[in-house]
Amino acid sequence: MFDEEDLAEIRAERERWESETLEPFLEKGERKDEFVTVSNHEVDRLYTPEDVADLDYDEDLGYPGEPPYTRGAYPTMYRGRTWTMRQFAGFGTAEETNERFHYLIDEGQTGLSTAFDMPSLMGIDSDHPMSEGEVGKEGVAVDTLRDMEILFDGIDISEISTSFTINPSAAVIYAMYIALADQQGVDRKEVRGTLQNDMLKEFIAQKEWVIPPAPSLDIVTDTIEFAVEETPKFHPVSISGYHIREAGSTAIQEAAFTLADGFAYVEDCLDRGMAVDEFAPLLSFFFNSHNSIFEEISKFRASRRIWANVMDEWYGAEAAESKRLKFHTQTAGQSLTAQQPLNNIVRVTIQALAAVMGGTQSLHTNSYDEALALPSEDAVRVALRTQQIIGEESGAADIVDPMGGSFAIEKLTDEMETEIMAYIEEIKEMGDGSVRDGVLNGIPQGYFHREIQDASYEYQKRVDAGKEVVVGVNEYTIDEETDPDILKIDPETRDRQLNRLERTKNERDDTEVEATLEALSEAIDDGENVMPSIIDAVKAYVTMGEIMEVFEEHYGAYQETASPA
Amino acid sequence: MSTEHTDGQRTIRCLVAKVGLDGHDRGAHVIARAFRDAGFEVIYSGLHQAPDQIVQAAVQEDVDVLGVSILSGAHDTLVPKIIDGLKKYDAFDDTLVLVGGIVPDDDREELYELGVAEIFGPGSSMQDTIDFVRENAHQR
Repeated sequence: MFDEEDLAEIRAERERWESETLEPFLEKGERKDEFVTVSNHEVDRLYTPEDVADLDYDEDLGYPGEPPYTRGAYPTMYRGRTWTMRQFAGFGTAEETNERFHYLIDEGQTGLSTAFDMPSLMGIDSDHPMSEGEVGKEGVAVDTLRDMEILFDGIDISEISTSFTINPSAAVIYAMYIALADQQGVDRKEVRGTLQNDMLKEFIAQKEWVIPPAPSLDIVTDTIEFAVEETPKFHPVSISGYHIREAGSTAIQEAAFTLADGFAYVEDCLDRGMAVDEFAPLLSFFFNSHNSIFEEISKFRASRRIWANVMDEWYGAEAAESKRLKFHTQTAGQSLTAQQPLNNIVRVTIQALAAVMGGTQSLHTNSYDEALALPSEDAVRVALRTQQIIGEESGAADIVDPMGGSFAIEKLTDEMETEIMAYIEEIKEMGDGSVRDGVLNGIPQGYFHREIQDASYEYQKRVDAGKEVVVGVNEYTIDEETDPDILKIDPETRDRQLNRLERTKNERDDTEVEATLEALSEAIDDGENVMPSIIDAVKAYVTMGEIMEVFEEHYGAYQETASPA
Repeated sequence: MSTEHTDGQRTIRCLVAKVGLDGHDRGAHVIARAFRDAGFEVIYSGLHQAPDQIVQAAVQEDVDVLGVSILSGAHDTLVPKIIDGLKKYDAFDDTLVLVGGIVPDDDREELYELGVAEIFGPGSSMQDTIDFVRENAHQR
């Protein structure tokens, strides 16, 4: 970005500054021998034009809303409208979550987000033996369409966009939401929302699964294919780095494995004969935002640039929408401390600010009490207010890509791009030129687990050694009684859910249940898209567990082979 | 590998277990590795284990320490089942039972009363956990 003459002068001046001004200061020493981010990425003392000398403005940065989107996905960013403030909610029964939804809508939230309980996430019913103790904890219990009807009672689903955080059983929830739209008389083409449905990261990090990776990928691709035809405003998969990061990866690994998963879905869709510009616009992403603010901003910018370039160069995408990386962000749950929990409000603010300066499309801010238990209403309000203060008061929403052009940010963006691409190339190599096969091979070989575990163990050792300061945990500690106002789940939740499940099973037409399950089984045998059969089944009030069992009968249950390194 | 230390004490054997449907395994992996680096013998249960499967593994492997990792909030249902199971096999008295994960203060007392030796929440140091095991494992 500078001509040779200017650069030579800048270099000469830097050398002079180093010897005249810097060196006498360094005799006093610095706080640490090495300054690193939370991901253990070393940062320099100072960045100058020399660090961005190779940058080509038009090619590497360009303008927001145009490839490679380094400076933002859209031309006006938050001057047009602020990001979607989307707080994840869901606990207990459908009635209780429905109440929380109405509360959030009244508080000004612009998108709903649903957390499911563990049995629903794992595709088993509330009356399954493994569900004991887990029904309605951490999220809402959904067994049949009846629960979804209650969950969205009084909410016009054409007016709202809903995000569903669910994976192995995502196709069933998607089918239930479509069934709900049909019931409410909402045109399927108007159904808006996002399904997490990212099975590849489940095998890499979050560890929720039913059947093995390859057939799991098939179902994801079925949902993408179905969305293209039937619900073009609904994002069928949210390719997620959040859980990879929470599992202990570095920022670079988070971005690299997530983008690799994204390319794997693209390759699988292309293999089905789908046109890249038809399905790629429906893909969206979900990242983590951690404490190292400059690293995070750079990660978001680098990810956008890589997606745009690779979609163009490797997969022949032409439509702008196929190359535009859109993402949701959640602040880093793992960074929250149980000690002095109010400090978490500050951590969340820093992380949220990084996400906004990195150009996120939607944001969930964690509640300060989440390291202790499920968030209380007060804590949820503060978390939402944090976003509103950033949006309305800080000015961060008024300038597009405000950190763009910072020598440090541009240099870090470049470094991250290089290191992320090195990982993606390595994965591609593991699949003999196919990223999809590389990911599918890397899972059983324990490649991802090893990489992530090494990083998380290193981090924990740095914390234990006091090299990484965690305020209130290994420094600035106090003796305290933690007594926040914590939400408790009513122990009768399970009974109420079981009663409803039993009632629904008694009221449904068993012949229809049998017939729709048989039709699903045939669709799997014939290699057809399974979505239409699942929709028929949920409309007959077939349970989620019954549907998932059909898949398990066909493909077997998945067992993790990799163990801790 | 010898299982005898020079001081004549048997190497501490630990089962690190994930109970229930919860897949959050970062903490379990970190502590399994820290235990191994501390010289303990470590067995990892794998994910999604039922309480009875964990009891069986603990008994068959004759472990000194059972570390149960749970972040789903189901500790109040699942941990008692594990402890009952250990008692049924007469294994409770010589197994040091630890819980790792998110346990609200209100629930802690109950777990201690059941016989959980210690609960390690978020922010616990690996060294403190190792020291606790060293001090208490052979007392049982």
